[in-house]
Amino acid sequence: MILARVVGTVVATRKDPRLEGKKLLILKPVSPEGHDESGYVVAVDTVGAGNRERVIAVSGSSARMAEGCKDKPVDTAIVGIVDEVHLD
Amino acid sequence: MYLGRVVGCVWATVKDPNLEGLRMLVVQPVTPDLRNAGKRIVCTDCAGAGAGEVVYWVRSKEASFPFLPQEPPTDATVVGIVDSVHLKAAEAPAANGTPGAEGGGRPRPAGRRPAAKGRPC
Amino acid sequence: MLIARVVGDLTATQKHPSHEGRKILVVQPLNLDGTNRGDALVALDAVGAGVGDRVLVATDGFAAMTAVGRPPGSPIDMAVIGFIDHVELLPGVS
Repeated sequence: MILARVVGTVVATRKDPRLEGKKLLILKPVSPEGHDESGYVVAVDTVGAGNRERVIAVSGSSARMAEGCKDKPVDTAIVGIVDEVHLD
Repeated sequence: MYLGRVVGCVWATVKDPNLEGLRMLVVQPVTPDLRNAGKRIVCTDCAGAGAGEVVYWVRSKEASFPFLPQEPPTDATVVGIVDSVHLKAAEAPAANGTPGAEGGGRPRPAGRRPAAKGRPC
Repeated sequence: MLIARVVGDLTATQKHPSHEGRKILVVQPLNLDGTNRGDALVALDAVGAGVGDRVLVATDGFAAMTAVGRPPGSPIDMAVIGFIDHVELLPGVS
C-alpha cells in the first residue's frame, strides 16, 4: 500500500462497463512526511476521498479486494483516508 | 506488454525442473521505432521466436501462464512475434516482415507460420 | 492505471492464442502535463481505441485479461480499458 495525495480526477465516459459509476482519481505518491514524490497513478475510489486528501492506496491484485472492486478491472484502489501519520 | 528484439538464447543444463524443455531467449527491449531501450533480459518463449526477430513479451506472474498447468518460475515470456508496427508518425518501422528493416530483415511468407520455425540462435 | 496516448498498433501472426481477435496497441504513457513518461508499452485493446486517443491503461494482469474477455490464466498484463474525456487537476499540480 502507498500513501498518496488526491490531485485530480479523470473523466472517462466510454470505459469497461464494470467501471461504470466508479470515481477515478489521480493520486500523487507522498512520503510519510507528506512530501510529494514523483509519478502518479489513477485509482478507483472506494471510500469517498476528495481533492487534496491524503489516502492509502493498494495496488496489484489486492486492489480487487477493496469494497465493490471484486472481479472488476481495477489495479489501484483507494482504501482509506489518512487522518495522521506518526513517525518516531 | 513490451516490445523487444531477440538477441540470443540461453542454455542451462541445471535449472528448475519446471523450466525443462522451455526455450530461454535473451531479449533487448526496444522502443516502437526499434531503438534499444534498457537492459537485456532473459525471457522464456511460447511463440517460437528466433534470433533477430522483433517480439512482444509479458512481464510478472502472467509470464508463467502460457505454460499452465506447469508453473515455471519465469517472470518474462515472449508471447508474440511482431510482423509490423504501425505508428502515427511517418517513420513507422517494419518489424520482421519487410526486408531492410533495422535488425529484422528476414522476409516472411504471408499467413500463419508453422510452429517452432524460429531461426535457431 | 495509467494515462497514455495510443501512438500505433502492431500485427503479429504468431502469438499466444489468447491474443487472437484483439487489436494490439502501442501506447505511450503520459505524465500529468502531457509529456511522455518512459518508454512505450504494448497493450491489448478492450474498448476500440485508435491512434491519437488518450486512454486509460490497466497494468495489472487480472484487470487486463478480464477487460479483454480472456480467462484468468492468459498471458496478458496490460489492456486499454477506457477513453479519457478530460482530466481535472488541482492548481499547481503537474
